[in-house]
Amino acid sequence: MTEATSPYLAPGLPAPRPVRDGLDEPYWSGARRHELWVQRCPSCGTHQWGPEWMCHACQRFDPDWVQVEGRGRIFSWQRPHHPVHPALADQGPYVVVLVELPHADRIRMIGNLLGDPLQAIEIGSDVDAVFEDHDDADPPFTLVQWRAR
Amino acid sequence: MSDNTIKGRVAVVGIGETTYYKRGESPDPEFKLVLRAILDACADAGISHRTVDGFCSYSNDRNMPARLAAALGLPELRFSNMQWGSGGGGAAAAVGNACAAVAAGYAECVVAYRGLAQGQYGRFGAGARVNSISGPPAFTVPYGVMSPAQMYAMRTTRLFHDHGISPDTLKAVALAAYHHAQNNPRAVMHGRPLDGDTYDSSRWITEPFRLYDCCLENDGAAAVIVTSAERAADLIDTPVYPLSVQQGGPHRSGATVDNQPDYATSSFKLLAPRLYAQAGIGPSDVDAVQSYENFTGAVVMSLIEHGLCSYENANEVLTVENLTAPDGALPLNTSGGNLAECYMHGLGLQIEAIRQIRGTSTNQVPGARVALANAGPMVEVASTALYGTAEALG
Repeated sequence: MTEATSPYLAPGLPAPRPVRDGLDEPYWSGARRHELWVQRCPSCGTHQWGPEWMCHACQRFDPDWVQVEGRGRIFSWQRPHHPVHPALADQGPYVVVLVELPHADRIRMIGNLLGDPLQAIEIGSDVDAVFEDHDDADPPFTLVQWRAR
Repeated sequence: MSDNTIKGRVAVVGIGETTYYKRGESPDPEFKLVLRAILDACADAGISHRTVDGFCSYSNDRNMPARLAAALGLPELRFSNMQWGSGGGGAAAAVGNACAAVAAGYAECVVAYRGLAQGQYGRFGAGARVNSISGPPAFTVPYGVMSPAQMYAMRTTRLFHDHGISPDTLKAVALAAYHHAQNNPRAVMHGRPLDGDTYDSSRWITEPFRLYDCCLENDGAAAVIVTSAERAADLIDTPVYPLSVQQGGPHRSGATVDNQPDYATSSFKLLAPRLYAQAGIGPSDVDAVQSYENFTGAVVMSLIEHGLCSYENANEVLTVENLTAPDGALPLNTSGGNLAECYMHGLGLQIEAIRQIRGTSTNQVPGARVALANAGPMVEVASTALYGTAEALG
């Protein structure tokens, strides 16, 4: 899981930072290592996304973090055309996918689908995680993107 | 079903609206707009504004009850209520909370209200203007997902995929709204009709939503006054009875990053059966429907989940002809709604349902006895209401 990509969207969107209470820090530090980390309850074994302080399935506090394989399938998608942020003024259309991870209780993640922004998109098709480093940001961060398999 | 409901115990006696403006064009600041709408509703009810003793709002409205009560010179503020979060999903709930307060005896004359002046404050539909972002938005905003249209488009994509719903249903919802707005002088889009070719050639906001699939952004204010059924009978000739109001979200509707187990839903699957049960009626009793359009795709889900059509027949039922008053089988958004009258975060739709029961809509459904008005489809906490005539109380 070390495939990398250059930034998909134009620079200037708000940069993600771990939340101050530490809830999602393992995800962001994992992404920097080009690894995909999500929550999993040590009691009932349920994977969970986004991060929360309690397992939604069995109400145990403080779910563990586990590394999962960076593969999934497209659950839904959209193609924004209207620039909702000044940074996207000259971007043109881009593709957003909602990806489910079948091997992790079908938790879902949002990202961009790399490649032609006007490509045909099929729900259910397989995608792989690709890591987009922003090393020059302060602090640096890495986004998890998706590419058709 | 418990008989502990609001049905027959409370009534709407006043409705008030300011002029509806395009976003940023209100000559008045937001607080003044709200005061004007409340005074307008009091005049409509024929009561002194000092009779009001409670306020309910939603969507984190900035105009707080204590400030309103002070400005209006109320002898006492007895009920001050905010429906948490979920944007316009609280529009029906705000009326419902007013009903509950009156039924429980917390207050006697409660106003549900909403005010917006987006020139004075920020735009609802614009993305975040910050350098960094944390928490759940950090998992969406860096991917260019930050506007309401973008937060809900993928549910509509999935609706099409799961149930074979045609995008033509979205178009019919938009065209019906604009058609109705042409008869409604209050409507921001009055005098600006929309035809099918213009819809088809309009720009994409985010596929599958075109420009006309998205609600407007407006300035203005609206208010609804609720009091006891007993008192209402002394005040006005045509009290309108909230038959049932429900609010809530399905299992884990608050899960973040689009992880709600039931995804392509308007959040009404559990609310609608309770809505009808407490009203003692069914979907076939509904004469006019005001279905909140944040986006047209959500209207399609809402109509299906309220039992007004089905996944199987939606493509046949949801046509402009059927959705248009006075002759359509399912008259929808008869004021022009959030798409073409005004986006007062859906309170205008509640008011239009009340107007249908009074018989005073500019697109009146002849003999309407029951009107439905829902709020905030697809959000974490939605709400939905049924209004009826005295006859509809059974």
